[in-house]
Amino acid sequence: MSTTETRQPTTTQGSEVLRVSDLHVYYRSRLGTAKAVDGVSFTLRQGERFGLVGESGSGKSTTALAIMRMITPPGQIEGGTILLAEKNGQSRDLTKLNEEQYRQVRLADIAMIPQGAMNSLNPVRRIQEVFSDSIKAHEKSVSDAQIRERTAELLRMVGLQEDVARLYPHELSGGMKQRVCIAVSIALQPKVIIADEPTSALDVVVQRQIMQTLGAVQQRIGAAVILVGHDMGLLAQFVDRLGVMYAGKLVEVGNVRDVFHEPLHPYTQLLIASLPTLEEQGVFRGVPGLAPSLLNPPQGCLFHPRCPKVMPQCKTIVPELQEVRPEHWVACHLY
Amino acid sequence: MSTLLEVRDVTQIFGNPEKAHTVALNHLTFTISGETPSFTAVVGESGSGKTTLARILLGFQKPTSGEVFYRGANMHTAHGKAQHTFRHEVQAIFQDPFEVYNPFYKVDHLLTVPVAKFRLAKSRAEGRELIANSLRAVGLRPEETLGRYPHQLSGGQRQRITVARALLLRPRLIIADEPVSMVDASLRATILETLKKLNQDFGISFLYITHDLTTAYQVSDNIIVLYRGSVAETGDVTRVIKDPQHPYTQLLVSSIPQPNPDRRWGENVVAAAGGAANGHANHGCLFADRCPYVMPRCREAPPPLYRMEPYRAASCYLREEGATALEGDITQVFREQALAAGGERMH
Repeated sequence: MSTTETRQPTTTQGSEVLRVSDLHVYYRSRLGTAKAVDGVSFTLRQGERFGLVGESGSGKSTTALAIMRMITPPGQIEGGTILLAEKNGQSRDLTKLNEEQYRQVRLADIAMIPQGAMNSLNPVRRIQEVFSDSIKAHEKSVSDAQIRERTAELLRMVGLQEDVARLYPHELSGGMKQRVCIAVSIALQPKVIIADEPTSALDVVVQRQIMQTLGAVQQRIGAAVILVGHDMGLLAQFVDRLGVMYAGKLVEVGNVRDVFHEPLHPYTQLLIASLPTLEEQGVFRGVPGLAPSLLNPPQGCLFHPRCPKVMPQCKTIVPELQEVRPEHWVACHLY
Repeated sequence: MSTLLEVRDVTQIFGNPEKAHTVALNHLTFTISGETPSFTAVVGESGSGKTTLARILLGFQKPTSGEVFYRGANMHTAHGKAQHTFRHEVQAIFQDPFEVYNPFYKVDHLLTVPVAKFRLAKSRAEGRELIANSLRAVGLRPEETLGRYPHQLSGGQRQRITVARALLLRPRLIIADEPVSMVDASLRATILETLKKLNQDFGISFLYITHDLTTAYQVSDNIIVLYRGSVAETGDVTRVIKDPQHPYTQLLVSSIPQPNPDRRWGENVVAAAGGAANGHANHGCLFADRCPYVMPRCREAPPPLYRMEPYRAASCYLREEGATALEGDITQVFREQALAAGGERMH
């Protein structure tokens, strides 16, 4: 799979573990069809940290859920492929797997750290049982003693004491619960970890500790991470590459430094300019206008009604994502 | 000097004080002046007591000890006219722009009820005009907003309607508890700008409660940093954020993820012990267990607030030298907006 022939955002470092191509996820209702994800393509390489940023409704979480095959009706994957690299050098299209085949992929190959850790742990089961269930669902011959040993090791990896295994979720703080979720997600050494706003419910000090833990365990097991979020500060600090989503499309993808130093898409430019910093006070630059309705999107470039650099062709022609700088892709008629 | 709001020695204890208990607020005293509109931030992590403070100030909860006065009337015993004045002049903006709406009512309901309750308008037409004006003041177009149900509006629009509602009553003070934490980054700036504009153009004072130091720095004049119910550091926001003196404030400031990939996250974090502090009884400084500079005396008695410079005080023994202990009202170290306006802070 080479970069030039398929023309989709990628980088040349590391071997490819996941390739999402022309992914479409639609929600159909009697009011019409909402194209929540509309032609998203990107590749993920081994050990890479990729960020997906966008405002509510931009399709960033839907993209993550589609990779996990957790889209529920009326939502549906309408098209595209999600190729996961196998050990033998082949790859499997995750969209073609049946439910049982995909169950085996979840956690073993692709694991997800959910948004609200506090809500994802069963309140009536001890932490140990979460690990036991997760491991037994994939490995039939493993003994209870082995599971306990592995649980202790996993808990230590995320900076918790092993006796946390005996506790119930309500006995843990929010940060500890989020660490448990990270430990579960790496239990089977997946190739890809998807983290959907893993620290949105936590305060800054705990947030930094959790993200550093995630970074450390990710490096240790060599997994790639997709970090979904809207906090540009968090993404700037964590990811290697950043994809900016707007109304279901990727509008810019590039190395995180390039995107912050030279944002190419006007939306990215406004988004970065709107961020509060500790450099200046009392200066506010919001992104003007509102996100478009997905049921009734504008013609041409979806950002054109809000774009300060709008040109006539923007109102009719949808810009394609193209590589305008080395490994820096943008969907805009300016380039 | 006329005082709008006076928080006098307020303590809130949850649980039985004889047994295991949590001190959510520990002898907090501050005032909000009625003369110049102010913008005060209250920051702290989860469990620092900031939301408890908001609940007490809004009269939802009576503190264990201490009093809150609004224009000289004790808020928790006031009734009749004084209570009516308080409910008219002090408004709240909450965190979640989804939960404050009843999904079965059009958003108009949120705006027409206060108009009727407080008899703001003599006629229906006048009421409509008031509502339209207050929507315009927060950057919404009345014709695109009224007559809709909450689910038809975006989170940012809904949050701005709650601001419009607060504005409708021409309050003197708005207590905003995490007003932008659930709003997208692109809208956050717009809403904060609206709040700052209301502060400057309509002379409304704000108490801005948040965990986000960056936005606190952006909009406020003065800041109160709470740690487990006690004031860790307070004073002029520029001094506190740019040059934090309490180890806890230093930890908070260095933990902010800066939107700049070249600046390493937490590179100047002092090696503060991780995790939330445990709840066991502590006679000394509450931060001692996490503090990298802890000294024996920190565990003996809690440090008072030391005023090291005119516009700042920190509760840490490291700042004792050359400082005077700050007693009572912490507002003494606040820089007034009128002063700040002439200084380096305005752009």
